[in-house]
Amino acid sequence: MSLYVEDAALIMSVQDAGRTGYQRFGMPVSGPMDWRAHRSANLLAGNSGGSACIEIGFSSCQVIIERDTLLSVCGAGFNLSVNGRELPMWTAAIAKSGDILRLEKIDGGSWVYLAVAGGFETPVWLDSRSVFPRAGLGHLLTAGERLPISVLSDQKRLLAGRSFPLTERPAYSQTPTISVIPGPHQDRFTAETFEAFFREEYRLSHQSDRMGYRLKGKPLAHKRGADLVSQGMALGQIQVPADGQPIVMMPDHPTTGGYTSIGTIARADLPLLAQAQPERSVIRFRRVDTTTAAQELLRINQSLSADIFSQEDSWMGL
Amino acid sequence: MKNDPVPLPLRFSPVGECALLVELGDEILLDTCRQVWGLDRQMRQEPLRGVDFWVPAYTSLLVHYDPCVVTPAQVRSWIEASSHGKQLSSADQPNRVVIPVRYGGESGPDLDSVAKAHDLTPAQVVEKHTQPVYRVGMMGFMPGFAYLMGLDPVLATPRRDTPRTFVPAGSVGIASNQTGVYPLESPGGWQIIGRTELSLFNPSKQAPFLLSPGDEVQFVALKDGAVL
Repeated sequence: MSLYVEDAALIMSVQDAGRTGYQRFGMPVSGPMDWRAHRSANLLAGNSGGSACIEIGFSSCQVIIERDTLLSVCGAGFNLSVNGRELPMWTAAIAKSGDILRLEKIDGGSWVYLAVAGGFETPVWLDSRSVFPRAGLGHLLTAGERLPISVLSDQKRLLAGRSFPLTERPAYSQTPTISVIPGPHQDRFTAETFEAFFREEYRLSHQSDRMGYRLKGKPLAHKRGADLVSQGMALGQIQVPADGQPIVMMPDHPTTGGYTSIGTIARADLPLLAQAQPERSVIRFRRVDTTTAAQELLRINQSLSADIFSQEDSWMGL
Repeated sequence: MKNDPVPLPLRFSPVGECALLVELGDEILLDTCRQVWGLDRQMRQEPLRGVDFWVPAYTSLLVHYDPCVVTPAQVRSWIEASSHGKQLSSADQPNRVVIPVRYGGESGPDLDSVAKAHDLTPAQVVEKHTQPVYRVGMMGFMPGFAYLMGLDPVLATPRRDTPRTFVPAGSVGIASNQTGVYPLESPGGWQIIGRTELSLFNPSKQAPFLLSPGDEVQFVALKDGAVL
């Protein structure tokens, strides 16, 4: 009674909200690349925001639903179809046993999240279901695997048809302007370097993964070299190694690092960067202060906890 | 303590709106590390709601918090209160971990070249490597990896010119003035002088990590054929 993976995407893994509490021992947090899409998919499926979803990245995949369930798909860069019929994302729907669900990769993003009612009850390691293959905590999904789905309650059935209004979805773009809080190593870059960083365009390199997004652009110059005594690193922190090409820390990033950082991406805008497409998206940065960034994060969190769904009556089942 | 301890000079810098960096110094010194561990201990005794976790390093702690629950000013006051009026480094009572190591041979393929590079015999390298009581200065790089302080400077050896594509878990290595144990199999450029059968990281155990920041570590050489 499960979900069957018929065709796996390039990077496809189970992710919950992440694994906190073991970072002092060097364990990355993991969790979703696009936290808003992940949380939204869960809320639509009637789950708590941090339940385990399937994260699907960079290429198409196909799964077969083997037990009736309520599901939702949120994110960008994919078309969703069920039994060959195209369906909207960011909407909750009933899927019946035997339904074939296809996610076709298109432009406009890189990751989507598939949530089912009750979440995927896969193994827990160190208090989390987030897969982190590098440390032997699970593996990327491959064709032929099955993930358990729980029984669909009558109550959950009633949630079908709810949808996220367009205004409440992240403003994904092929040319995003992303908010960055400068620091903490301001004194290691010149004023001109900061100006250049907030003026120039960047592209995402193909050498990007769940650990880090490598950006390509005009090299950023340091004062007194790129190295420092290793210290903790945060999600979205932008390291600048000696070659001057920034690397943004993504959820599987190491907990510590020894390169200077020019800034950190505001959590509210991290989904916009996460959804960038290698070599295609044109990325710019703008300066924001911590207070403004925190207010924006609070606004989004409140919107995600309030009852913001609209009902699409035409969309009651598949 | 009769005289009041001098408050620690703490430097605070935001790392985005969800993390605050606290720096206690600029150089890797045992004394600074002990202050970091002391502050860490105080913070763990009286945690603050909204602070999710923090990562102690050689000279700093990075404190991750939820700005929808707590403000950076509140986080800062809590850290300052944790440091004030306390002899942070005096309560340092480290846990000691003994790590049995099989040096040389298949377990330590670089032992002979490390010895040669310093005009020592392999036995002398083993002696110098097992002599100090090391401290876990910080953890990072990969789950369970400890940066050890206290390597005999005589043993400092640059990384291999060509990194290996596969280094087994438990391998004990040297890279410039650092020594450490690979908790997981991984590619790597450290000079591998031995291997332990202890797991530095085992997710199925109640205590998944063998080492913690601040621990003392002593390597003990296993003779050929000896069992753990």
